[in-house]
Formats: sequence, C-alpha cells, structure tokens
Amino acid sequence: MSKDANRFFPILSIVTLIVLFWYGFSVVLNAPWAYDQAKRQSITLTLPELVNKTWSQKRPKLPTPHQVASEMWDTTVNQKISSKRSLVFHAWITFSETMLGFIMGMGLGIALAIAIVHNRATALSVMPWIITSQTIPILALAPMIIVGLGSAGFSGLLPIAIISMYLSFFPVVVGMVKGLKSPEQLEIDQMKTWSATGPQVLLKLRLPKSMPYLFTSLKLAMAASLVGAIVGELPSGGGGGLGFRMLSGSTFGNTLQIWSGLFSAAILAAALIAIIGFLQKIVLNKMSLEP
Amino acid sequence: MIYFYLALLFWIIAWGINVWISRQKSLKILNIIPPILFGASILLIWEATIFYFSVSPVILPPPSAIFFKLITSVPMLWADFVQTVIKGALSGYIIGCVSAIVVALIVDKFKFLERGLLPIGNFMAAMPIIGIAPILVMWYGYGWQSKSAVVTVMVFFPMLINTVQGMKMSDRIHRDLMLTYNASYIQTLLKLRLSTAMPFIFNGLKISTTLALIGAIVAEFFGSPVRGMGFRISTEAARFALDMVWAEITVAAIAGSFFYGSVVLLEKWFTFWHPSQRGRA
Repeated sequence: MSKDANRFFPILSIVTLIVLFWYGFSVVLNAPWAYDQAKRQSITLTLPELVNKTWSQKRPKLPTPHQVASEMWDTTVNQKISSKRSLVFHAWITFSETMLGFIMGMGLGIALAIAIVHNRATALSVMPWIITSQTIPILALAPMIIVGLGSAGFSGLLPIAIISMYLSFFPVVVGMVKGLKSPEQLEIDQMKTWSATGPQVLLKLRLPKSMPYLFTSLKLAMAASLVGAIVGELPSGGGGGLGFRMLSGSTFGNTLQIWSGLFSAAILAAALIAIIGFLQKIVLNKMSLEP
Repeated sequence: MIYFYLALLFWIIAWGINVWISRQKSLKILNIIPPILFGASILLIWEATIFYFSVSPVILPPPSAIFFKLITSVPMLWADFVQTVIKGALSGYIIGCVSAIVVALIVDKFKFLERGLLPIGNFMAAMPIIGIAPILVMWYGYGWQSKSAVVTVMVFFPMLINTVQGMKMSDRIHRDLMLTYNASYIQTLLKLRLSTAMPFIFNGLKISTTLALIGAIVAEFFGSPVRGMGFRISTEAARFALDMVWAEITVAAIAGSFFYGSVVLLEKWFTFWHPSQRGRA
C-alpha cells in the first residue's frame, strides 16, 4: 500500500505536467491558423483571445485533451453502436481481429515451442528462421497478405488476424521455450524414476512450470497483436476498425478523428493487457507459484 | 509434377541430414547447416507448389520471379532503400536512441522522475505507438522528416526502459569503491555505470532496429513522396504487381537482418566481458 502511495504522487505530477505541456503546445501549434483567421478579419488578437481560439478550432493541428475527450464522448455515447460513426463499432472490429490473431498466434507459438523443446533438429533448423522472421519488418507484408488472401477468396477478419498472428507468435515462442526448459534436471530425473512418458512430463511438469513465462509473453503478444490489427486495417479499405478510422481521419485532415482513434487504441491495449494481468494473478495464485 | 515430388524428396533428405547433425555433439561448426537446408527446402517447395498447382502470381509469385525482379530493378530498389532506410529509419533511430539514453540519465539522477516517468514509459511501450504516424505525417509533411519523427517516438520508450534498468545494474559495493577513489559523478558514470548498463542498452538497441524499419515503412502508408519502400509496397500491391512487392520485402528483410546483425556485432565488441558473450566463444 505504501509503495503504491509512494508512486501515486510522482505519476500524478508527471501526468499533470504532460497535460499542461499539451495545452501549451496546442497554443503554439495552432496559433498560425488563428493569426491567419484574425488577419483576414483584420482584427488583432489579445492573448486570452488567442488562447481561446487555439483551443477551440475545428481542425486543429494539435487538439487539446478536452477536445479529444469530448470527441470520444460524442462518438461513443451519442452514436448508435451499429453506426459507422461510432467508435465502439470500430473498436469492436479491431478487438475481434486482435483476439483472433492473438489466439492463433498463441496456439502457433506454444506448438512451435513444444516442438523446439522436444526435437533438437527442429530447434536447430527452425529457431534461426524464427528470429530472422522478426528482423523482417513484417508489417510491410500487410498490404500484400490482404491483397493475396483477398483474391484467394478470404476477406474480413482472417487476413488481418494473420498479420496479428505473425507479430504475436514470436514472444510466445521465445517465452515458452524458456519456460518449458525451466524445470531442473533433478525434476526431470524424478519424472523418469516414475517412468513418466514424454507427454506426461510435458503436461505435469513442463507446462505448469512454464506458466509464469507464458503470461509475461502473452502480454507482449497482446500488444503486438493489436499493432498488427491496426496496421492490417490500413490497406484493407472500407472494412472499418480503429486503424481504418485513423487513416480516413488522416486523408480528410480530421485530426480529432485521428486522436480519438489513437486514444481508443491505447485504452483497448491497456484493457486487454490488464485482463491478462488479472488472469495471471488468479492462475499463479491457484498454482501457488507466486505469493 | 515430377518437380513437386523432387522438392518433397529434397525436403525429406534435408530433414534427415538435419536430424543427423542434431545428434552430433562434437562438431559445433555443423550447426550452421540446418537453417540453410531448411530455408532452401522451403524455397524449393514454394517454387514447386506454385509450378505444380499453377497458382496465380497475383496470389503468390514463385521465388524465381521475385529474384528476377530483384536483380532487374536494382536502381529503383536502391532509391527506395535510401529514402526509407537511410533517411527515414536510420536518422530516427539515432535521434530516438540518443535522446532516450540522455533522458534515462536524467531520470536516473532524480528518484522522483524515476517513480513518475518510468510507469508511464512502461505503459507507453505497450501502446500501439505506430498510431501516431498519421499525426506526425500531418505535422512534418510527406518527406523523410516525418518518417524519422515516427521512428524516433517508436524507439524512444523501449530504449528508455532498458537504459534505466541497465543503470541499476552496478553493484552497491562497486559504487562505494568509486566513492573511495573520490570519483566524480561523470567518472562513475563513464567508467562504471554505463559499462554495466551496456548489455541492457544493447538489448534496447536490438529491439529498436526492427521497430525503426517498421515505423519508417508504415509511416509511408500515410503519405510519402513517389519513392520509398512503404510507398512502393502499397502502390504495387494495389496494382497486383506482387513480384515487385516481394522484391521490396526481400530488400527490407535483408536490410533488417543486416541492421540487427551489425548491432549484435557491436554488442559483442562492447560487452565481451559479459557472461552471455563469454559462454558462446
């Protein structure tokens, strides 16, 4: 408790500072347009007028926090959920893509990790390629995967989920290989004296032991999966989703739409990671791996 | 038909060789062969599958066509490479990493900042920061400057977290020893704390290489001059010229691996004393 209180005040003050800077910057960045407007109406602006004008533009270069908040309120509460103008509608699309990709990536990652731990030939031949695969800027593949799968008859969630999967399987593989190898030789020998079969060692020793590693890498995988979904939406066109909304905001110069999309994505990421953290606490508590 | 089975046969033989190599404990040098064989068999099966099932090049071009495109359009690929990797990614990478290290040093000096900034930095590192790309493209225009800005923001937070963590790695007893030497803050920083932080700093640098390329390429999807890898990929994909897209991806892959590899080499050179490096020698 005291530790939380210890951190609460510094975080609060830093956040306050950031918000203050933000308001300041939006005056600086939006000022040229306000001056321009004033010149056309041939009036001179006093400082309070200038500040007021820069904080209430329709298409500001940098919207103020309260503008973003009211835009988000407007597009979530005041719109029907099924409407294309509702942020909830777009967030739901991104959420489903993220989850589908995350689950596929988790499955692929765990399967690969099991194969790598059990078969040295797989470890030797596949592991270097898995590492190389992540040095490739895979998001660059996004348009091509969308187009390719689209012409093969797949559309909708699946192509985007595949990109999410590609990004999210890597942390799972790395974490799970470490986790599955974490039992000590002593414990493996103990299993052998009980004449446990390979699958039994896996189920009763290796998998339980790898749980702490799994949850840590799942958090990374979830964040990666969301990035994959957002970027995957960019070339897919009219589908919808937070990435699509940011792109359309950028095409039409609607900055409020970009910022509200960005904040919704951040909130979504935070919520998803918090859920995994919550599951982690419950599971590890039940297994009494962590106090 | 026959080629498809030949490719499958090659794969089976290659796998057999890999299994044999994996049983050899003494010849470490052989360990370089399995990944090469595995990669080669994937390429062969890819080529043979497309040939055998006559897959349309709109869905997936064969590796040979990609290679042909790669060697026939070198000037264009080079121009894209310079625009995206050298101008966009590399400049942003350097600015982002250097500023993150500087901020980390300041954060390290003031405990208050560490308590306040670090949780926010951790939070930001998990955010889809790439979403800031359209905003920065709007602010800095379509040129390479906006890409550089996106990369700077993307690499900043992972770098900051890793450096701050690395700065904590020096032992109390070593810092006390520096005190008994009457070492100044700068001397302690340079001779002790930055050296012990090196493995963590390099970890951040390695993560950032991939982020830098991703940032530069994705930022081009939001607007760019008529060259650049992201621009080329999105326009050629829309025209279904997938061989060009794949050639561009090959360049990106080579650039990414080379970038990552050179950081690893630097790491070996700087942190030769660290257990993880000594073990592998």
